[in-house]
Amino acid sequence: MSMTHVDLLIIGAGPAGMSCAIQAREAGLDVLLLDENQQPGGQIYRSVAQSPLADPDLLGKDYTAGAVLVKRFLASGATYWPGTLAWQITRDRQVSFTRNGANGSGGSGQIQARALVIANGAQERPVPFPGWTLPGVMGIGAAQTLLKSAALLPSQRVVLAGSGPLLYLFAWQLIRSGSSVAAILDTTPRANRFPALRYLFSALRAPGYLLKGMGLLKTIRGSATPHIQHVESLSAQGQGAVGSVRYTVKGRETQIDSDLLLVHQGVIPNVQLTRSLGCEHRWDEMQLCWRPELDEWGQTSLTGIYVAGDGGGIDGAKVAELSGAVAALQIGQQLGFFTESVRDTEARPLKRQLNAHRAIRPFLDTLYRPADIFRRPSDPTIVCRCEEVSAGDIRAMSRLGCSGPNQAKSFSRCGMGPCQGRMCGITVGEILAEARHAPMQKVGYYRIRPPIKPVQLIDLANAYVPDADAAPMAAFVPK
Amino acid sequence: MPNVSLFSALAAAPAAQVSILINDRSFSVPNYMTVAAALLSVGVTQLRETPVSNAPRAPFCMMGACFECLVEIDSVPNQQACMTLVQPGMTIRSMIGARSLK
Repeated sequence: MSMTHVDLLIIGAGPAGMSCAIQAREAGLDVLLLDENQQPGGQIYRSVAQSPLADPDLLGKDYTAGAVLVKRFLASGATYWPGTLAWQITRDRQVSFTRNGANGSGGSGQIQARALVIANGAQERPVPFPGWTLPGVMGIGAAQTLLKSAALLPSQRVVLAGSGPLLYLFAWQLIRSGSSVAAILDTTPRANRFPALRYLFSALRAPGYLLKGMGLLKTIRGSATPHIQHVESLSAQGQGAVGSVRYTVKGRETQIDSDLLLVHQGVIPNVQLTRSLGCEHRWDEMQLCWRPELDEWGQTSLTGIYVAGDGGGIDGAKVAELSGAVAALQIGQQLGFFTESVRDTEARPLKRQLNAHRAIRPFLDTLYRPADIFRRPSDPTIVCRCEEVSAGDIRAMSRLGCSGPNQAKSFSRCGMGPCQGRMCGITVGEILAEARHAPMQKVGYYRIRPPIKPVQLIDLANAYVPDADAAPMAAFVPK
Repeated sequence: MPNVSLFSALAAAPAAQVSILINDRSFSVPNYMTVAAALLSVGVTQLRETPVSNAPRAPFCMMGACFECLVEIDSVPNQQACMTLVQPGMTIRSMIGARSLK
């Protein structure tokens, strides 16, 4: 492989990126995969190849099954650069990256790709509520990352709060690991149930999901963990760190002692790269998130630039894996590695499976739609954590005529801190859309500019020399 | 500074330990941990104060999105602790307010 030109460059080593690499390598393309993490797997299969846990089966078989995909990826012949941040992509598919930045011995470089697949996945939906900036409040996904990658379990006074499949999965994992949970505060709105029923029949087409969910709930109900339903509001109190959690059910407030509050309201696509490219995005009213416009192969509005996996809309790990392979088939055909008929023959069964797995989403998205109070919090609640801008500040800006997140940024610096709007972009938009009675599509999102994460000047100054890189692939092979 | 950890270690596979310095105190942690995991495991619950109001903050997302876990690592400020693996002899300092311009 020429080190400055490659047929296919993939960003992200989760299920979408790995399966895209495998499929493309089978077709004979040169593939380079860049991933910010140190091990393949993404968030869902984090550390699966080298689990620190004595017994990784505690996390469930859907997790450990990821090791098979990791193994196939590492044997695929794709070049894999972990610890690599792709911080700028141009519309003609030139990728600027930094490998082993900061304290590593790395440097930066640029690669021209004939085709590009962005497979950078999702992040947990930011859920502003009073006290959510206190130390001791974390995402459930964050705590799960600590369990998967560092063998760390929450302490005794942990409260899980929120809604969605990950809430139940993590509670199940904690119970299996012998950890006690002080309470599960379930914020799933009662009013979501009836609309969700409409999608129950089609959800039966999706293999395994409903059964798995019922199994998780059965374990939770059979445990000693208090599972409090229909929680209407949530706040964390404490001096310098969380000391207690307050919640209301039917308007009645209860306080429990806790030093670790783990929250979750579903996940949203990571759109920093597609936004920075200026790809077309649309507001998905069902998933309450922005997603890049994609064709049936995952191509964005820009030729040769694709998105696979949850970065294109939340569909889960199985769909991510399938969509990565589907994108690779189209890219292989477009680059002349095989004919349209070969592409279609290969893609047909994959697309059939994609549709089956996607059939669960309308049910899940409707049932676990976040309550309004987490989407548009009360005035004193901090929305932009970096610049400490509150919901009330944003409402005040709208009264001054502020029409969207970009104007809010120049009014108040909100969205201008180190996270570059990742933690507040949707909330700011939803507050402004409500205040101005405007649709989200019109209110819009922050303009994202490269570098999409900070890069040190010394790392820019050092050229990355790939020849010096003897990637010890064997080190990543699952046991 | 370090007190009771919010997290406890689960039965882990055998791993090498590395020695790191956190605000001049020495700790030994498994080599597979990120700096953020190491800080949480030894009981550092607050690892920085915000530049805006000096409010205490700690890791939130553990996947590189929220930038709440910024620390100084080997004299380089504003590093994402959750994206950096511990290395032997690593020196970590919490960041109080904005970084200073040297």
